[in-house]
Amino acid sequence: MSAPRTLFDKVWDGHVVLERPDGVALLWVDRHFVHEGSHHGFAKLAARGMALAQPELTFGVVDHYAPTRGGLAAAAPDIQRMVRTLETNAEAHGFRCFGLDDPRQGIVHVIGPEQGLTLPGLTINCGDSHTSTHGAFGALAFGIGATEVAHVLATQTIWQKRPKRMRITIEGVLGPGVSAKDMALCWIARLGADGAQGHAVEYAGAAVRNLSMEGRMTLCNLSIEGGARCGLVAPDQVTVDYLHGRPFAPAGPEFDRAAQVWMDLASDAQALFDREILLDAADIAPTVTWGTSPEEALPVTASVPDPAGLPQGRAERAREALDYMGLIPGQPLAGTPIDTVFIGSCTNARIEDLRAAAAVLSGRRAKVPGLVSPGSRKIKAQAEQEGLDRIFIEAGLEWAEPGCSMCVGMNGDIVGAGKRCASTTNRNFRGRQGRGARTHLMSPAMVAAAAVAGGLADVRPLLEGRA
Amino acid sequence: MSGWTRFTGQAVALPLESIDTDQLIPARFMSAPRGEGYGSFLLHDLRFDSAGKADPAFVLNRHRDANVLVTRRNFGCGSSREAAVYALVDFGIKAVIAPSFGDIFAANAINNGLLPASAGAAVVEDLIAALGADTAEVGIDLAAGAIFLAGRGIELRLAPDARDKLINGWDDIDLTKAHGQEIAAFCARHRRQAPWSWPGHG
Repeated sequence: MSAPRTLFDKVWDGHVVLERPDGVALLWVDRHFVHEGSHHGFAKLAARGMALAQPELTFGVVDHYAPTRGGLAAAAPDIQRMVRTLETNAEAHGFRCFGLDDPRQGIVHVIGPEQGLTLPGLTINCGDSHTSTHGAFGALAFGIGATEVAHVLATQTIWQKRPKRMRITIEGVLGPGVSAKDMALCWIARLGADGAQGHAVEYAGAAVRNLSMEGRMTLCNLSIEGGARCGLVAPDQVTVDYLHGRPFAPAGPEFDRAAQVWMDLASDAQALFDREILLDAADIAPTVTWGTSPEEALPVTASVPDPAGLPQGRAERAREALDYMGLIPGQPLAGTPIDTVFIGSCTNARIEDLRAAAAVLSGRRAKVPGLVSPGSRKIKAQAEQEGLDRIFIEAGLEWAEPGCSMCVGMNGDIVGAGKRCASTTNRNFRGRQGRGARTHLMSPAMVAAAAVAGGLADVRPLLEGRA
Repeated sequence: MSGWTRFTGQAVALPLESIDTDQLIPARFMSAPRGEGYGSFLLHDLRFDSAGKADPAFVLNRHRDANVLVTRRNFGCGSSREAAVYALVDFGIKAVIAPSFGDIFAANAINNGLLPASAGAAVVEDLIAALGADTAEVGIDLAAGAIFLAGRGIELRLAPDARDKLINGWDDIDLTKAHGQEIAAFCARHRRQAPWSWPGHG
């Protein structure tokens, strides 16, 4: 009998090519996703005159600079150049790339799972920190920098030191109007934006098992905002059902054989974690951020905190955050007027997210303008089939093309200076959505509630009497 | 990348927590090729107003020769953009001393010869107080694992593999090339044992 192992260790152990005496391992990489932002990595490869090691394991997609309105022809020259550079690299190196005209195009962390490229038990890298998203399938997935991107392109491997393991167990049942986004913001607020630094986080417990794949992806996506190296959820029947029939997933008897392997990846009962955190789903409320770090989050029913009551370093940070955000200590969060809303990003632009927002907006008008950018073309088509686009448009919001859009602002979708945005994205960093922009992170349903109220609002009363 | 063992320079304090990668280099600058240098983008929106005018009070505008930053916890949190490290390196920064760093940032830093030196929170607070708004001479010795700053000797906390890489200026691709046979053998075995790991034809 071998020692009990965690899900993380099982996937890690299965990918070690070799281990150095200093404990650093060379891992095989099953999937490498690239996007326009990977240009530095390709430039490094070109500088060495090296070829791409495994074109069939490399997949590209246009997302970071993807125009969401008006098409590429109308985009700024540097945006056109970024998109063309990726497509040129794809042609030169012979890997598959989902360009703007491809019906499979979308945000990399949305389309990987959607196309069945993301599977349990894989190692997955991408030059993007939200690669942690793919851990929802029980894959070992983490973001890397440009030097590491070049290394994966050149060798299909990566050097890594084994992180510590942390388990965040969330038992119980989520209340109405509470979602995976709130679960994530809740633990990050509790442990801090560096609370899981150096750790691989496994999410467990009834509230996690009861999440759909979409919810699990949101939860794992935000792992990086708590400092984690990656996030994982053990594969189960929900995972297998999601993957069945996906274009790039195994098919037929091969799928059944793979599914058996995947089900055995769950952490052994006696497996040890370096850190264990236990939360009760019933304690989690619809949550909003008030500051400029994802850890600065509170239930929407709370008031803006007083920095005077915080420890020194944090108090200074909070003062600066409140100054930037234009908030006054003691003022209730609910009722804070907003200027705009954004529904989108690799965190919350999947079909379930759009349905949750539409359920609140249906038959109502938004008091502020806003943008809805679905996570992929496939999701956009599905949403249109379900009539969700009509709900958003009739509420007064703009229904746009897929891409990273207003989460990071690279494609020109930005929030104006001093403007306040209720956003389904992942980072409320200073200037993230545009210079001087004020971002409040929250779930899609909460963004919809904010749109209807014209200010930060508790979604729960708006859900009464609705399915 | 060339390695380094000892360094003497000027340190300044940036007494902020969680300076994220979006602040280190705002996203709008990231389509620029590296050849032009990323130094002018470093902490751009803290250093310059919306008209592009430098804030004379900001510490890095007052001390353009600074090459070591002392700052608070969780430095470099956020995105994987290596451009954040390029901005620091191209500005002339050689080391950042903080209680903790974003994991991806720290790996990117090592890959570009930038030292992410972690020190205890109390040590960092003491240094920030000692530096105030001025600079102080700083000496770093990677081999000895020591930093001398503002009359204090500080233990340099750095994993041995990271230290070796900085000192030798190792490039991972060169290191990995020596293991080509092991990688090929792993790939063949993996393909036999987990054929489902290879993507279908879509």
